[in-house]
Amino acid sequence: MRSLWLWVPLALFAFFAGLAGFMLTQDKDQFVASTMIGQPLPAFALQPAYEGLPGAAKSDFSGKPKLLNIWASWCLPCIAEAPQLEALQAQGVEIIGIAIRDRPADVAGFLARHGNPYTRIGSDPISEVQLAIGSSGVPETFVIDAAGTIRYQHIGDIRESDVPVLLAELEKAR
Amino acid sequence: MIRAAVAALLALLALPLTAQDSMPPAPYAYTQLDDPRLEAQASALMHTLRCIKCQSQSIADSDAPMAGDMRHQVRARILAGESPDQIRRWLIARYGDYVSYEPAVSATTWPLFAVPVLVILLALGILLRRLGKRRAGAGDAA
Repeated sequence: MRSLWLWVPLALFAFFAGLAGFMLTQDKDQFVASTMIGQPLPAFALQPAYEGLPGAAKSDFSGKPKLLNIWASWCLPCIAEAPQLEALQAQGVEIIGIAIRDRPADVAGFLARHGNPYTRIGSDPISEVQLAIGSSGVPETFVIDAAGTIRYQHIGDIRESDVPVLLAELEKAR
Repeated sequence: MIRAAVAALLALLALPLTAQDSMPPAPYAYTQLDDPRLEAQASALMHTLRCIKCQSQSIADSDAPMAGDMRHQVRARILAGESPDQIRRWLIARYGDYVSYEPAVSATTWPLFAVPVLVILLALGILLRRLGKRRAGAGDAA
């Protein structure tokens, strides 16, 4: 009995070594999810990101659930999600954009090349609104209900398979 | 053919560079506060906040644009009279405990604080019992 107890430390060591080895093979979740879901959108009022569309403010999120798309002209996955945003717009979804650390000429160039699904785009040159809503990168898309409450966060570019999910979340936010 | 492959490879290498913006940093990203006392507060706080973009660095250590924007928030808020604790709570409300490097006791982290105390108590208990036995044994021998 006593000699069995002597093996306990070694068994514990083997367990932790095994656990460490196993965890090394696991994919790490690189995304930091916003903890603002269910919270009201913080107050903000951003200047237009370029001369073609008005800027964006918290008060623009009223009437019906809308999408808040955090993006930038310098962001490559944003090019990949552009067609999906247009598909959402074609389904009657209103998308308000916030351009992070961007220049008017670059925003205009991006929209001319990849299409413009937005009704408004605010310019956030110091990521102020991005930090205030707990967004950790570009692109990210939030569902905001008619009362201005954050209801859902999509991290990363919107794939074709994400479009129905976002439509369902918009419906749920009604 | 090989030249084209090399060019394609180099183009791939260049991608991370093009995925950066060209905007100037936020006003307080690289500029210290004039008041050394406030700057010391801000600096201490920045060393204990995680860069959300480059997750194994503090925002004080990172050159990522987002870390600069976070430093701007910290300094601007300190300047506006907020306490470091208020700013930490503001960020935790947005990104969760993960954003803070300062360990806090919570529903998920309490075992980290409780287990060492328990182990020390256990060790003390075993030690006292053994010492007690030895003393009792010594008493018998004498």
